[in-house]
This record gives sequence, structure tokens and C-alpha cells, in this order.
Amino acid sequence: MSLVETIENLARGKKNLRFMEVCGTHTVSIFRAGIRNILPENVELVSGPGCPVCVTCDEYIDAAIAYSKMDGVIIATFGDMLKVPGSAGTLAEAAAAGAEVRVIYSPLDCIKIALENPTRRVIFLAVGFETTAPTAAATVLAAKAQGVRNLLFLSAQKLVPPALKMLLADSAVKVDGFLLPGHVAVVTGADAFRFLEVPAVVAGFEPEEILLALVNLLRQVDAGRAEVANEYKSVVKAEGNLAAKKILAQVYEEVDAKWRGLGVIPKSGLRMRAEFAEFDAEKVLPLEIKKAARRTACRCGEVLRGVISPTECPLFGKACQPLHAVGPCMISVEGVCAAWYKYGGLRL
Amino acid sequence: MSKITMAHGAGGKFSADLIREIILPTFDNEFLSELHDGAKLGKIAMTTDSYVIRPIFFRGGDIGKLSICGTVNDLAVTGAVPRFISAGVILEEGFELDDLKKIAASMAEAAKEAGVKIVTGDTKVVGRGQADGIFINTAGVGELLDGVDISAKNVRAGMRVLISGTIGEHAATILAERHGLELPASVKSDCAPLNGMILAMLNAEPKIAMLRDATRGGVAAVLNEIAGAAGVGILIDEKKIPVRGEVRGVCEILGFDALELANEGKVVAVVPADSAEKILSVMKNFACGVNAADIGEVTEKFAGRVGLRTQIGGLRIVDMPVGNLVPRIC
Repeated sequence: MSLVETIENLARGKKNLRFMEVCGTHTVSIFRAGIRNILPENVELVSGPGCPVCVTCDEYIDAAIAYSKMDGVIIATFGDMLKVPGSAGTLAEAAAAGAEVRVIYSPLDCIKIALENPTRRVIFLAVGFETTAPTAAATVLAAKAQGVRNLLFLSAQKLVPPALKMLLADSAVKVDGFLLPGHVAVVTGADAFRFLEVPAVVAGFEPEEILLALVNLLRQVDAGRAEVANEYKSVVKAEGNLAAKKILAQVYEEVDAKWRGLGVIPKSGLRMRAEFAEFDAEKVLPLEIKKAARRTACRCGEVLRGVISPTECPLFGKACQPLHAVGPCMISVEGVCAAWYKYGGLRL
Repeated sequence: MSKITMAHGAGGKFSADLIREIILPTFDNEFLSELHDGAKLGKIAMTTDSYVIRPIFFRGGDIGKLSICGTVNDLAVTGAVPRFISAGVILEEGFELDDLKKIAASMAEAAKEAGVKIVTGDTKVVGRGQADGIFINTAGVGELLDGVDISAKNVRAGMRVLISGTIGEHAATILAERHGLELPASVKSDCAPLNGMILAMLNAEPKIAMLRDATRGGVAAVLNEIAGAAGVGILIDEKKIPVRGEVRGVCEILGFDALELANEGKVVAVVPADSAEKILSVMKNFACGVNAADIGEVTEKFAGRVGLRTQIGGLRIVDMPVGNLVPRIC
């Protein structure tokens, strides 16, 4: 029996079930494989807040753009931050207007850029979850060890488990189980999600692995269980990656952090510890950012919490498209609106 | 947005907007408006292209070979036999003469392989920092084949969609070199002249409706353009699309979709269903077509869009690539 048939059998006769895939990489994989439209009608997948670019606030983009306009500054960033709109424009527009913005693939590249440009200041936009934070932390440590003096970090790194805790407490969010983010769990360990009171499965990213995780979720629902299962055992351990956790704790402390669409979530952000202040952009180059609230009908917040699907947003596909996006969910390659726009909606 | 961004050069939606909003209304005429890879001018076809690829030497070719093959292929997919090429070269002060010799030699070799002559040209030198090593522009003229009409308006539901081989190798090679990824020596740019194979295909079936070389934006962009221009849907089958495992790997690491990666030696053909097999067997006789495959069909449903039947049986859209971050791929 194929996985899809197993899912059909398990779902038959059950109430409508909503499972949330937390991770943006899962969202993209699900859309690319067309998984949504082969599932039974009563099994729905909703996307969660697991795209780091999507949950980054306007204020952060505004700060990055303000830094990019300072004399001698080189901004180093992952590519998908370029087109995310802040309250006034994007980094891509700042680059077209003369700012120097370099797209990198690993934070460690920043050290090379800093060493090659000794008279300039390199600011790395440290955005991401537990997946990328250890590499950023390792870069901070390497920069300190090598005495690199012209590299700064603008940190908006976030932690996934506190966000899930918040979602479960939100009565507007109706979820019967979670597909847990495999890459995040590599670092945190599957045990970091034990607090969840609904079925949950750590899943890999191949279409078959996602289907396998859905089978596990349905079996848990069937048996009335609610546990954290690990269907990605080849790389995810119960305790996670202890070395990565250690350097995270060495460089960062947990602080309350603002998420786009979700508001402030206690202990969900990473701030550099005082002993690394010389690498902290906000400490070395404090900015006065005026809060220019954007007024839009964008419903990113509800999309990121899985309360509505992107097509329920009045802007989706009209005022908000990948070319001229209003919200970051339409910009990031891992954004749910972008995935929906790019891959969704085809019926034969 | 009031300035050019790198996305305007990526062959996706931004490039299309640039053409629609500035080029077409400014230069409007009946030859331009077909927006094919080359213009049909009575009995001859003409095309031009500029080459700014970085790195200039890459596995499987260099900017010189690319500048000939690209223009030859643009003529061939117009339904023409390429004959004459012009070359304009812009050099940056300080460029190595030995490199220029190598590039010129590979232009000559590619021209010989494609059976075209480089008949006129121009050289300009700009100051250090005012160009990046070398840029090449080539233009080409070819003779249109009698009885052949390559045009989106001939595309009909029920026709088959063919691809001449494994996709994405050119872009994957360039990306791997830029990002320091090790690829096995067997993976290299597919840069090659396709005119010999395309002529044989047209001899076997003059009623081929559409031919496109899948360069910037890859197969995804080309199929979307065909679906849009012809007002039909196109449904392709993921299982049948030839992609090398190594290219799949590069895509996974760097977050790309092989369908969106540039090729420099792959043609997409839309052909009558009853001659699809005959055309495929002709393609397989050529080195550049040994892995040719029938990857899908033209449909009446979802007009203007491209759908993909996935490995696990799902269905999704193949969208027009939106200026991804792969600058200077050709």
C-alpha cells in the first residue's frame, strides 16, 4: 500500500484534521511535491511561522537599510532578505541606490569580507532560527579569536519552541498536530518539543518523509495519543546537537522578542551577551529609528499563525505578488504566500 | 522602483516588464512584436545577444564559445540555418592578452562546429573598473527554411513537449564554481551549437510548432512564455524530466529548482503528437540530444499556465521565475 493510500485509510471517517507544518522548508517541499492536493479532503495542512524572513519585523529591515546608507558600511546578508519591505523600501532598492549589499551563503564568509576590506565596516544581518544561529555564533567566536575589528552583527535570531507554545495558547489557532521542523530539531533535539500537548512528529524534507510523518500523526490521532515522535532519526537526536547548543549559550542570551504577526514572545529571541558587545551593531552603532507604522490590509499575522490561508487575504495575488510584495510571506522563498502563489491553485 | 536592479537581467518577470514597458512601445514594429529569440525578416532571420558571464572560463566552455553558440541557437530556434555572425568585444584595461587569444580561438572553433562565419566585428577598450574583464556582443544572420513556421500561434492542445537532454547543467556548473562546490568532472556546462540537430528535426517534421533554447529562466520560463503566447496550458511530468543527480544536489544545497536553471545547449520543442517519437529518435542521433525526452503535453485546461505532475502524483504550478539571484550566468 502506498503512503498516500495509508493516509486515506487512516483518515477515513475522522473529523476534519488540521496539521501545521512549522518550517518554511517543509512548506516549500509540500507545495513542490503537490502534497496538499493528494491528501484526503478531511486532512488539511496549514503553514506556521517557520520562515525566519517572514517573522522579521519592519523595524529590523529599517535598521538594516539605515546601516547600509552609512559611509563605509558593507551589509552582508542571506539573499532572501534583499526584497523584504521595511516601512520605507527594501535592501535591494538601497543597493540599486548605491549601498553595498553582499549576498552570502554562510556567516563565515563575513570574516573574509571584513579582512579584505579593513577600512570598511561589515554588518551581518543575523536572521534565522536554531538552524543558522550556531554558525552565526561560531562566526562571532572566530572573529573574536582572530581579532577582526570591523565585523558587526545585527541579531534578530529566534527560537522555535517558544513560538509553538504561544500558538497552542492562542484560541484562534486550531491545530490537531505539528509536523516539527527537522533542521531546527537537529540542534534543539526532539525533546525540546515535549511540552506540546498535541500529536507531533519531527519530519524530514523529502516528499516521502513528509507523508511518513503524516501517517505517524494520523496513527497518534487514531490511538488518542499525543507524543513527540521522531521520523528523522538519521539526523535528529533526542538531546540535539550539544556542541551547537553550547556555543549558542556562550554567545547569546534568551530575550523576549517581537515576531511579525505574533507580537512579543517571551524568551524567544537571541541577544549577544555583554562580553561580545564589540561585535553587536546595536551597541557599537546605536540608531534612532523612527517608528513609521505601515498601514496595509496585509494579513501576514493571521497567515503566519495558520488562522487563515493566504487566499483569504484581500491582497493575495492582487496588490501583493512576488514582484511587488506587501508582506514578507510573499517575498521569502520559504514564505507561505509565495509558495501558494508559485505552486498552488492548479486544478485539472 | 526607479532604478535597474539585478533582477531586471534575470530573464524572469522583471525582464518581461522591461520589454513590455520600455522596449516594445518605444521601438514598436511588426518584426519586433513576435518577441521570439530572433526576428524573421522575409527570407532571413536575425538575432543579437550580449555575453557578460562570470567566470569567463568555466567547465565546458568559456565566454567565447558561449557567444557563438548562444547566437547560433537563437537563429536555429527561429527556424533558420545560421550563416554569418558579427562580434563586438568590450575589453577592460589590463585584461590578459593570452586570455583574449584563448577566447578568440574558442569562438573560431565553435563557429567551425556550427558551420557559421564570423564576418565583421569591433573592439573597444574601456578603463580599469569600467567593465569586468571582457564583454562580448554577437549578432547573427541566417536563412529561414522554406515550409517551416516556428510560432506560438501554431501550438495546439494535444501536442507533445520535448526537451533535448538533461537540464540545468550550465547554471549548476557556474553556481558550483562561484560557491566553491566540488562537482564530479563529468558535470560541465552544456554549452553547444544546436543548429545541426534542429535542422535534422525540421527535416524530419517541418510542422514543428515551436522551438526555444532554454537559457535564462530555464525550462520553466520558456514553457510559461509558450503557454502565455499560445493561450494553452502545458502539463509536464516530473518523472520524465531528465536531470542529473549532481545537478539535483547543487539545487538542494543552494535552494534552486532545476526547471529554473539556465541551459546553453538545450532546446524545448512543441511538436505534433504523431511525430513526437520520430523527432525524438532524430534528436538521439546527436551528441547534444542523446538524453532527449518527451516530458509532457499541451492542454486546453489551465490556459496560460504550466503544471507539473510530481513524482508522488501531486500537481503543482511551474511559475515564471521571478528574477532569482543568479546574476551573469550568460
